[in-house]
Amino acid sequence: MSAFLIEVNGQKYSVDVDEDTPLLWVLRDHLSLLGTKYGCGIAQCGACTIHLDGNATRSCILPISQVQDKKVTTIEGLSKNGDHPVQKAWKEMDVPQCGYCQAGQIMTASAFLKQNSKPSDEEIEDAMHGNICRCGTYSRIKKAVKIASNNS
Amino acid sequence: MDDNKTKTSRRDFLKSSVLTGGALCLGVSFFGSCKADVVPEVDFASMDFKDFNAYIKVAKDGFVTIFAPNPEIGQGVKTSIPMIIAEELEVAWDKVYVQQAGLNTESFTRQVAGGSDSIRQGWVAFREAGAKAKHLLMTAAANRWDVSMDQLSVKEGVVSNQNGESLNYGELVEDAALIEAPEKVELKNPKNFSIIGTDKFNVDLNGIVQGKPLFGIDYKEEGMQYAAILRAPGFGYKLVGLDDAEAKKVSGVIDVLKLENKIAVIASNTWAAFKGKDKLKVEWKPDGNLESSDFHSKTLRDLNDGKKLETLRKDGDIVQAFQEADQLIERSYEAPFLPHNCLEPMNFFADVTDAGARMVGPIQTPEWTQSRIAELLKIDKEKVTIEMTRMGGGFGRRLYGGFALEAAEISKITRTPVLLVYTREDDMTQGTYRPASRYKIAASVKNGEITGYHLKEAAINRNMYGAIAHFFPAGSIENLQVDVAKYESNITTGAWRAPYTNFLAYAEQSFFDELAEILGKDPVDLRIELLEKAIKNAEEDEDIIYSPKRMIECIKLVAEKANWGKSSNNVFQGLSAYFSHRTHVAEIAEVEILDDGPKVSKVYVAVDCGIVVNPLGAKNQIEGGVIDGVGHAMFGEFAFEDGVPSAKNFNQYQLIRMKDAPEVEVYFVKSTVDPTGLGEPSLPPAGGAIANALYKATGKRLYKQPFSNDLYKG
Repeated sequence: MSAFLIEVNGQKYSVDVDEDTPLLWVLRDHLSLLGTKYGCGIAQCGACTIHLDGNATRSCILPISQVQDKKVTTIEGLSKNGDHPVQKAWKEMDVPQCGYCQAGQIMTASAFLKQNSKPSDEEIEDAMHGNICRCGTYSRIKKAVKIASNNS
Repeated sequence: MDDNKTKTSRRDFLKSSVLTGGALCLGVSFFGSCKADVVPEVDFASMDFKDFNAYIKVAKDGFVTIFAPNPEIGQGVKTSIPMIIAEELEVAWDKVYVQQAGLNTESFTRQVAGGSDSIRQGWVAFREAGAKAKHLLMTAAANRWDVSMDQLSVKEGVVSNQNGESLNYGELVEDAALIEAPEKVELKNPKNFSIIGTDKFNVDLNGIVQGKPLFGIDYKEEGMQYAAILRAPGFGYKLVGLDDAEAKKVSGVIDVLKLENKIAVIASNTWAAFKGKDKLKVEWKPDGNLESSDFHSKTLRDLNDGKKLETLRKDGDIVQAFQEADQLIERSYEAPFLPHNCLEPMNFFADVTDAGARMVGPIQTPEWTQSRIAELLKIDKEKVTIEMTRMGGGFGRRLYGGFALEAAEISKITRTPVLLVYTREDDMTQGTYRPASRYKIAASVKNGEITGYHLKEAAINRNMYGAIAHFFPAGSIENLQVDVAKYESNITTGAWRAPYTNFLAYAEQSFFDELAEILGKDPVDLRIELLEKAIKNAEEDEDIIYSPKRMIECIKLVAEKANWGKSSNNVFQGLSAYFSHRTHVAEIAEVEILDDGPKVSKVYVAVDCGIVVNPLGAKNQIEGGVIDGVGHAMFGEFAFEDGVPSAKNFNQYQLIRMKDAPEVEVYFVKSTVDPTGLGEPSLPPAGGAIANALYKATGKRLYKQPFSNDLYKG
């Protein structure tokens, strides 16, 4: 166990954990930031997606030791009141069914739109392909990303 | 059956919705953060609500809390059930705050998420709860003004008299709470619905997009511990040796418990529990059958061809029909086991003390689970409380609360609150799988007509049940027989979204597509011709609960919307129509040939589920069901080798992703009939629709799921 200094959603934390502890579990169990979800633990489903220095990153395989000196943004830090353009688009499309994957979807989409603000349908599909939605809300997700791209 | 009514059983209704003036604290949400989802600017927590009946509380300023009684797995009942109650209560939807009810078997019935039955079975009870509360509030107003009820009108929670005076519900609630509830109340004419039939957003939408801790896995409280469980690597193994020394060295690991054929690691956080589990050194020994998929295939084939069959339906004489036939057609269809793969892995919180068991978590069957936990702990059922969280998917997996029992068992030993969490690998390898099955279908043709139909089912552990044997084509073919046989396996199986029909529908609807081709008929025409023949029989036969007329309407609607038979070059269409969970659905899939092979690009759907409570949510269900059906028919593959599952995580199991998901276009048949299920019925027809479209596109008939093996690998 050692102390790691990390910055999450603009706030600095010191956490005392094993160096191989994935960021996902630091967020969930130590910082009580529960919006970032556990789905597979092997970076296959995207439920744990966060932004690391602005890039969509799978937190379930990211050891805490690699997070120091980097800025982490979670779904809780994306906006104060759920009014980020991507969140607003998600609401407009009434995207979720069970809702479990959606924070990860939103984090992937918001990082993607920062890099490509006017994507084609195909580019949206490529960007979102790593995120599983078991309920199958894919067409709503695609439309929401499109709406967000038009509004941002 | 009567086409204007949906068959409903009286005993399923609400036991009673008792008026209580006193404090009846129900389903208080355990997270302050999930509050105020519908009307974020209102601070509901500080408002003084009066309990009205188990479903409804009214505050002095007229805001209303409606308790959603049924478990929410993503099927939308936390939104649609309160809509039904609000409709009859006559309140404005934006003054309604929805809360999940707790398990309360006195006030609610059937607090289950299963069978696509929440709305159908609760329809009258939910309406009566709202209407009774409205009646009491109106009575209070009548008393206040000393006029008769018929001189009053009500709109959006405001009661008005003929003198132009008005009172809102909040001003009447204290008086109303003292009046005895009527036995019977008049329900609204569906023509006057103003909430039902309008698009309403998911009530948890705001919380979901902000990552609020709504799910079972998010549950936290002071002093709780985390647990993970190591189980046998496959079915048919027993634990013979354990060395937990390394596991106990993992920082954060508190204890290792040896349970019946499994080992629990208790830790101060989830990761430590998972890591400790990986460090256990365990020896397993075969104990029972070690089954493999080749064995299952052969066993199911033998059952299909064998003589030990149970007959579930028999019309006419298929033996004679087959003897007299001009032509006999026989085909077989095979499906693998499937895991549910809810994205939120199984988990449950338990706090077992001398006072009882306090349980929190995602469960489709809270009442059954309560009984099982009481039995396990040898305590009274009343001492087991269950709080239902939102669920990260159900699909049938969370009907079986073994994970809740495990949590209770651990907490009973540790005497500490605990959250048990399955790893993804635990979740996929310790399933209650969709059983592998095989259908053999034979039909006889004479003088260009289908004269006989023989369906044989072979399945693992359990056969089709209920009314399934009497679904289409029952009633449409004179000589018809449905026979089933099963093999008892030690692999655990259970309900998987649209049990049995999730595969049976594909087999039959593929078979009819082939029959149409053999008979030289258009697939739409053949279905309609057969359904027309079934109309009279369906009226006379009590076992037949589908409506041929309603199905014909769906087929006509989908054919019109999809421009059946007139698709452009390189677009190939396939039809499938199936009734399940009391809802009629017809689908037309479109396949395009792309550079890397055929792709299901679009699915048109026509649905008759009676009244559509929340069209926005209903469409989402239909879209998701179709994509689920397409995904599993195309890619779902799950085999066993010596009892050990072939896939443990999403790198070995292909779930459908965005690029493979078709566009889905949904149409509802306009109806005033009582509503029926929507969580499952769009799934069963999808497999047949795409199989038939893929045949048109590739010339290849598909007899085995997943289709991707034949399409892309063979």
